[in-house]
Amino acid sequence: MKVKNEFRMTVESRSVNESFVRTTVAAFASQLDPTVEEIADIKTAVSEAVTNCIVHAYKECVGKIYIYAALNDESIIRVSIRDRGCGIEDIKKAREPLFTTLGGERAGLGFAVMESFTDKLIVRSKPGKGTTVTMIKKIGGR
Amino acid sequence: MGVKIVTSQQKMTAYLEGEIDHHTAAAIREEIDNAVMLHSPQVLKIDFGAVTFMDSSGVGLAMGRYRTLLMTGGELILSNLSDRNYKMMKLSGLEKIAILNKRENAYESKK
Ligand SMILES: Nc1ncnc2c1ncn2[C@@H]1O[C@H](COP(=O)(O)OP(=O)(O)OP(=O)(O)O)[C@@H](O)[C@H]1O
Ligand SMILES: [Mg+2]
Repeated sequence: MKVKNEFRMTVESRSVNESFVRTTVAAFASQLDPTVEEIADIKTAVSEAVTNCIVHAYKECVGKIYIYAALNDESIIRVSIRDRGCGIEDIKKAREPLFTTLGGERAGLGFAVMESFTDKLIVRSKPGKGTTVTMIKKIGGR
Repeated sequence: MGVKIVTSQQKMTAYLEGEIDHHTAAAIREEIDNAVMLHSPQVLKIDFGAVTFMDSSGVGLAMGRYRTLLMTGGELILSNLSDRNYKMMKLSGLEKIAILNKRENAYESKK
């Protein structure tokens, strides 16, 4: 599986960048000729990951969010979203639907949404070091 | 992004428009809560018909308004949900505490 095209970008963890990043990744993914539904899936999943960096990883500060996306010759898109924020203590628990450490206006559904709108979700995290979320999705796969 | 609130007798309808994410939800939340606290409607209907994008922040927005209504004693209706937004609302179990209505002309293609 050869990488056909890739891009990287870094944004500050400001909420106005949520729409900027999801729109940019969706525009990049459009090279694979996705359906409207597939574009919406990608936008929603990316929005969840970026929002988590802003509201959780860098809760008390503004930090950098590192985005990497790659397309391969089998119409698979891979998106990685990384932060150097607080990290996650218990990843298994964090991925459970409705689990949230914030409450209030948070539903605890971000990971569940990322999982249901992509084919594979990988979460790597170290408390105090940061988190990397990688999502893989086949376009035109169904 | 935005919200238009229409109040008639005891029913309040909040028409959402555009993209709902963590960035835009804060202002929407404030407008709806202010109106609900002022009028204490028996029914709050949130209309998602003109929503073009929504992530889990939209679900959190609905759950939060349910909590506001617990204080004023009203009922929550989420209407005109697209298939995917309906699916996200259901993931949270909102159908147990609110009335969920799908978009009538479901023009979004089903998978
Ligand atoms: N990048 C991150 N850095 C630190 N903690 C995170 C990160 N992403 C997620 N978490 C933790 O995992 C929990 C679950 O995340 P998830 O996105 O599923 O729900 P949420 O963000 O709390 O609510 P919602 O996404 O519905 O608004 C969060 O409450 C938080 O504790
Ligand atoms: Mg989240």
